[in-house]
Amino acid sequence: MKRVAVIGVGCSKFGNRSDVTISELAFEAFKPAIEDAGITPKDVEFVALSSAGAGAWYEENLPAVVVSEYCGLTGAGLLRSEAACASGSAAFATAYWTVASGQADIALAIGVEKMRQIDTPTMVEFIGRSGYYLWEFHLFGLTFPGYYALHATAHMAKYGTTEEDLALVAVKNHKYASMNPIAHLRNKVTVEEALSSPVIAAPLKLYDCCPISDGAAAVILASEDKVKELKVEDPVWVSAVGYACGTANLSKRRDYVGLDSTVKAAQMAYRLANITPDQLDVALVHDCFTIAEIMAYEDLGFCKKGEGAKLIREGQTEIGGKIPVNVDGGLKAKGHPIGATGCAMIYELTKQLRGEAVERSRQVPMKNYIGLAHNVGGTGHYCYVTILRR
Amino acid sequence: MASMPAIRSREIKVAQDIPISKTLPFWEGLKQGKVMATKCKKCGKIYFPPAADCGECLSSDMEWIELSGEATIETFTHVVIRPLTFQHERPYTVAIGTLKDGVRVLAWLTGFRPSEIKVGMKAKLTATTTPDGTPIYVFTKPT
Repeated sequence: MKRVAVIGVGCSKFGNRSDVTISELAFEAFKPAIEDAGITPKDVEFVALSSAGAGAWYEENLPAVVVSEYCGLTGAGLLRSEAACASGSAAFATAYWTVASGQADIALAIGVEKMRQIDTPTMVEFIGRSGYYLWEFHLFGLTFPGYYALHATAHMAKYGTTEEDLALVAVKNHKYASMNPIAHLRNKVTVEEALSSPVIAAPLKLYDCCPISDGAAAVILASEDKVKELKVEDPVWVSAVGYACGTANLSKRRDYVGLDSTVKAAQMAYRLANITPDQLDVALVHDCFTIAEIMAYEDLGFCKKGEGAKLIREGQTEIGGKIPVNVDGGLKAKGHPIGATGCAMIYELTKQLRGEAVERSRQVPMKNYIGLAHNVGGTGHYCYVTILRR
Repeated sequence: MASMPAIRSREIKVAQDIPISKTLPFWEGLKQGKVMATKCKKCGKIYFPPAADCGECLSSDMEWIELSGEATIETFTHVVIRPLTFQHERPYTVAIGTLKDGVRVLAWLTGFRPSEIKVGMKAKLTATTTPDGTPIYVFTKPT
């Protein structure tokens, strides 16, 4: 495997983007990424585009094609990656492997999603159908908040995690989103507001859930030779990509207090990067629901199993704490346009590791210059853990 | 939906026919009040949902067995915000229970007061029929 660096990143404003088509939205992330890398669209040899809702919740059936044409990428190798909410990380991994193998010198991973062109009950339907349709949705209408609520109930019963602990995750992530101009939800919230918000799937309430968002993010990867040729000053190197999948049926899981796919993907990533979790300066973890962030702390090895709530109570996952997590607002408040999320994590991680472009108020101090992105599809149906270092 | 200028896409309605020829005894069993699973004759693994093929040893030599009804509830949620095609239902409780046979089942939990429902409690897996006549299985109160 050749060394591969991230040489350009871009991200659109997240939120309700009924002002733009899928291609126009992708362009908002693509153009700054190309400019950041100092290349032209013709330099891109391979494109992995991630989007999960094509033909269902927005109109284009094959978005990779229309986006590539719109961005001047016609002629490059092209595919669409789908790994549910981890589609963006799957696209990143594909682009990474394409360059690492020597197949291409410059590759693009671009995630784009439009989720707000249809009404909420229809979106709840589509997302709910994304586990095992026949056995868990068709018969019993299990929703996506419901998937994570099953985990929340189990975690509370086993470890004494409380609804207040979940609310603390929302409070932290809304605080950082309020400092992030591209975030979807920029309001600060209190524990009381979170606890009194309407129940979605008990014990999860409105403020335990990420919003339904539109957005795009783009990442340009280059081989070490290309990095030298382009005289990239501050490349951020891809240290490792770990991956694993879980069962489609939730009923086939070993337990409901964590995600085995996260544990496996993380162990693989730490091994490949030859690091331990305590060397990380910053982490972006999959917090589509507040319980997901608490389970991620444990599954990624930031604390012992069952001690995730303690970490958030002690403020250890804020800037200045043991491991700052989701300082961009996370999926919870920055937003979760599902195909874009994985690329948006790499965008934020790259900016943080460069320590230059993020709003100063939420820049994490760097010691080892190592960061991690944890992207889950479904409830651990897919998982990718990516480690970058400068 | 759009708050900005927009063109409405052409409308399409779809519904697929989901094949059940290889799991027919399961659907027939529900009508007779039984919840059936498959068991691999070669390696002994029990499958619920029933599977026609064994992912462990790749054998397709399976037999049908009736599941025991006794379940321990592992976890549950009350789904308030419902999907489009469940809008006509009142909020429902989805639970996962482990049966004595070792397999887990996800199904609605019915007949309990919300305050009674706890992780670790006992429930009974029951084949039943919905008001519109569809055979289904649910967790109910043990008698």
